Amino acid sequence: MSEARQSLNRREFFSYLTVGWVAFGAACAGMLSLAFRFSYPNVNFEPEMEFIAGTPDMYEEGVDERYKNGMGVWMVKQEGRLFALSNICTHLGCIPTWLPAELKFKCPCHGSGYYTSGINFEGPAPRPLERYKINLTAEGKIKVDKTKVYRWEKGEWDNPNSFLAV
Amino acid sequence: MKELINWIADPIRSFPIACALFYLMMKYYRVVGTKKFLYASLVFIIPVTIWFAADPNFFTILILPDNIPIIILLVLISFLTWFTLYKAAINDARLEEGLGPIEGTPENREKVWSWPNLVYTELFMIIAATSFLIVWAILFKAPLEEPANPTWAPNPAKAPWYFLGLQEMLVYFDPWMAGVVLPGVVVVGLIAIPYIDTNPKGNGYYTIAERPVAMWGFLFGWLVLWIYLIIVGTFLRGPNWTFYGPFEYWDFHKVVADYNVNLSEFLWIKWLNTAMPANMFIRETLGIILTLGYIIFLPPMSAATKYGKMMIEKVGMIRYYIFIVLLLLMMSLPIKMVLRWLFSLKYIIALPELELNL
Repeated sequence: MSEARQSLNRREFFSYLTVGWVAFGAACAGMLSLAFRFSYPNVNFEPEMEFIAGTPDMYEEGVDERYKNGMGVWMVKQEGRLFALSNICTHLGCIPTWLPAELKFKCPCHGSGYYTSGINFEGPAPRPLERYKINLTAEGKIKVDKTKVYRWEKGEWDNPNSFLAV
Repeated sequence: MKELINWIADPIRSFPIACALFYLMMKYYRVVGTKKFLYASLVFIIPVTIWFAADPNFFTILILPDNIPIIILLVLISFLTWFTLYKAAINDARLEEGLGPIEGTPENREKVWSWPNLVYTELFMIIAATSFLIVWAILFKAPLEEPANPTWAPNPAKAPWYFLGLQEMLVYFDPWMAGVVLPGVVVVGLIAIPYIDTNPKGNGYYTIAERPVAMWGFLFGWLVLWIYLIIVGTFLRGPNWTFYGPFEYWDFHKVVADYNVNLSEFLWIKWLNTAMPANMFIRETLGIILTLGYIIFLPPMSAATKYGKMMIEKVGMIRYYIFIVLLLLMMSLPIKMVLRWLFSLKYIIALPELELNL
């Protein structure tokens, strides 16, 4: 009686089980990969990481805000050097404001303040603003590359890629 | 008069005043916790509130849609704090006479079924809260602003009202500390309370006299370190997160002389008059020693005092040490705030190379 009803032996049962688990795992992996893909935006409005910032003779001594709202970079000319200063506060990533009358960058979130050079002097910011890689193209235009940052506390601001001598 | 209030409201002065008021309130809770005191303070507070609101600069801040929950919160917190003190004062007077707490009297021990009594109340409260929120949403519209721009931030950029205390905390600490470690400790500490606190006194009734440590410690953390900081963050922080008195116009160009210095810079440049050492750990020795001393050596030292021995006997060694470490972490916030105001101290340990600043 019991043998007649046994249409599935142990080996067959395990092969079915394996197929079942593999299918289940594949379905889960598929769902997970869909969810992972969903977490990435279809359209990215973030500024480009590399851009051409005009020619060196465009800039006067001091802070230039031309590329701040579009690219997130202040072009600063100071003491014979032109550099691209990041506009992300090193405290918690807010966007500081340039105050021309007080000659400082001031963060609206927790009050961190930076000098024109990017060195922090007030508020909770633990380190100076970062500078981006900057160099001249063959046509004599300025290319700013935001994928490479130079940090003051690591002594990288004297790196020849971090500024243009003007 | 308005100038004076603006001057007093600066955290350098208003924080000690808040602490002193808290001390007086807890010390004389039997005076504060009477109906007479409530009526007298209402007679005082209502004209003062109207006078405050009559000022155009303060009124502008007051009626910002974001700030209305904070006004409701302040009214509720003040009333509920008073209510606690009121109930506790009655109970403590009864306990002194040898009577039980008022919640323990036979007529108050009557029990009812949770169905339907509790469930009906809950259902009614859900409906009431929903309709309240609908009316609110109609009255105070959410502002429609320009599309989000990752390279621009509003000024001042304020957190949601319930996080303004946290944002105010971030002014004094590294984000890693004030944004992750301290809130984490707050949450873990609140979860740990039932395990640390095994004292059955105060269960189910209001009392201060029987639970002085719990009441003082918790109410200080809640009222002074959280509610006070929310008030400062809401009403007294304007553009550039600069401090503004309640009657001050939020002038974008207000200049505050502020120059913050790390402890290592104090040590090497100001006191020893030498250059900063190149090795970052040698540079920060003093701060590291002080921090370790605070966290590692203070708890055993406190355990050796008379009070500490008494507590260890009651709750046991492990519970005592967890309690003391949590208390020390909580007190690190006011300590750091006072150091910032008095000495413009930025970080006790400043290791930006390792993203580690305390």
